[in-house]
Amino acid sequence: MTDTSIIEKRKGSSLSMVPSLATIRRVIWETDDTYTLLIDPPRGDGRTFAFNAGQFNMIYAFGTGESAISISSDPFRSNFLAHTIHRVGTVTSALSRLRRGDTIGLRGPFGSSWPLEEAVGKDVCIAAGGIGLAPLRPVIYTLLRRREEFGRIMILYGSRSPLDLLYRVELEEWSKAPNTEVIITVDRGDSSWKGHIGVVTSLFSYLKMDTPSTLAMVCGPEVMMKYTCEELERRGLSAGQIYLSMERNMKCGIGLCGHCQFGPKFICKDGPVFRLPQIKDLLDKKEI
Amino acid sequence: MNNPFRLNIEGLERVLVSLQQKGYEVIGPRHTDGVIVYDRIHSIDDLPAGFVDELTPGMYRLTNNGSRQFFGYTLPPQSWKRFLYPPRRELFTFRKDGKSFGLAPKEDQTPAYAFVGVRACELGAISIQDRVFSSGDYRDEAYLSARRRNFIIAVNCSHAAENCFCTSTGNGPKAGAGFDIVLTEIVNEDSHYFVAETGSDVGTSLMEGIGAGRADESDVDAAEETIRKACDTVRKSLDTSDLPKLLADNTDHPQWEDVAKRCLTCGNCTMVCPTCFCSTVEDTTDLTGRIAGRTRTWDSCFTMDFAKVSGGNFRISAKSRYRQWLTHKLSSWVEQFGVSGCVGCGRCITWCPVGIDLTAEVSAIKGGATKQESGGSR
Repeated sequence: MTDTSIIEKRKGSSLSMVPSLATIRRVIWETDDTYTLLIDPPRGDGRTFAFNAGQFNMIYAFGTGESAISISSDPFRSNFLAHTIHRVGTVTSALSRLRRGDTIGLRGPFGSSWPLEEAVGKDVCIAAGGIGLAPLRPVIYTLLRRREEFGRIMILYGSRSPLDLLYRVELEEWSKAPNTEVIITVDRGDSSWKGHIGVVTSLFSYLKMDTPSTLAMVCGPEVMMKYTCEELERRGLSAGQIYLSMERNMKCGIGLCGHCQFGPKFICKDGPVFRLPQIKDLLDKKEI
Repeated sequence: MNNPFRLNIEGLERVLVSLQQKGYEVIGPRHTDGVIVYDRIHSIDDLPAGFVDELTPGMYRLTNNGSRQFFGYTLPPQSWKRFLYPPRRELFTFRKDGKSFGLAPKEDQTPAYAFVGVRACELGAISIQDRVFSSGDYRDEAYLSARRRNFIIAVNCSHAAENCFCTSTGNGPKAGAGFDIVLTEIVNEDSHYFVAETGSDVGTSLMEGIGAGRADESDVDAAEETIRKACDTVRKSLDTSDLPKLLADNTDHPQWEDVAKRCLTCGNCTMVCPTCFCSTVEDTTDLTGRIAGRTRTWDSCFTMDFAKVSGGNFRISAKSRYRQWLTHKLSSWVEQFGVSGCVGCGRCITWCPVGIDLTAEVSAIKGGATKQESGGSR
């Protein structure tokens, strides 16, 4: 006997674990170990592929497996999708061997998104570490496309070395946008590097933020996000003005497999983007 | 009891025949290889008459006392989960022929199941999994389809095992809701019959269809006496007051280190738990490399790579993995799904190779519980 109130058929809410097919348009190597797949989005049902900045797709490599990868293209441009991928595991290695015209499986978009509408009329501070810039790139595209709707834009970005910097041409372009600062730092410089050396949090000393009207969006390794959030709070932002994007192991992306749990949160469906107070207590706990 | 039926042994056989005629695959308890398993049954001859089980921490023992009682055992190792949410489900095959690709989703071939002998705690577990698989934006349609076609005959327990604590979780021993028919088995020197209540229209029409008569007052009294006795035999308890907060506030409690010294992280508790739902996926290719498949399988939060990502592993220590399981089950589950994930069946205690008892772990945390801010000493 079934409690029909709970398990009745609900129209339009089912989405299976079966991907759609999508075609690789181009592979761009950003660094030695990081590449961007430009993808023709799946269009099986005639709809365009709409997503919000901060959401992710489950990308399937034939016979190898699936990985949760954030979308790093412009939400305004629905004719292609970009995924910037760090080659570290079996799936991301298999994907790295793909060429123009190859087929992948794709499910998505999934998860929560960055608070772009809340940012209207405010200053926006973007702090990214390493590949953490990828899920923030759709935010930057949107801020610059609708430039007059936002206040000052501060982009703080850190990578391991100058050669690990992503989107170098774009970083240069973004820094030329009106009332926009791009400040970059690296953990280790090289002989050609004339910029900052140190962690991302060290860059805040170069900024005087108008804290009551600033919204911060942070993405990077967890330890970087923890210290960045602390620094932002020390500089006067309340926790509610800070958003961050989390990473966990995901097998389904739709809140059913249990892998991505972070305390009571499912990173895949409650996140990946959280307002800091939602998860602040958990960030301090080891092995949660 | 609301106008129940009386069902003798032949009547139960007619129920099974009727279910088969209606097209159900009938699943019930059988004695196989020294344990009770839920498996396909064809007649009452398949039921495990006389078998009783002894369930203590880390121990399961099945004996036959020669009684005629069909449902004298309490709980087999595996619950009904494996029928509604199978341990392996193929999701799709992906075929590559040169430049052309074909993706074929796997058809759901789950039959309409009729379960016979579902215990009160197990009804609770099924209703919890109903929530888990239907409450989000994305639902497990295969599970929900199996549930929509599911017929359930529950059985009230005549006694509790040592590991049972369903009275603490509010799930038993009397079946409350979620059944089509519920049976209370009465075995006397001169009679053996069931008092049967119905919980749905299909349940009532099935009972009327087989010509079952109504129970009289003495039958109902005997059934109520059986249930009352069962309540009295529940010995174990779990203090559930403020439990979600207790565990959420005590992630650094020294008891986690203590239990980690005993826990083998084998994952048995999660495999036998009727509510645990975590899964992973397996990717395979055939020898030609042209056909790839993807299969969802049960997974356990105790496995070493459960929380592993390419850049590192979020839960390496046994402590963190046991804590994740227990805290999820009894605390964060409530925030996620509005109910606790524990129904008091005690399977995790029985099937733990070292006999870890979650009720004792909770007591230890509760006994020495302190706010983390104050240091958490005990």
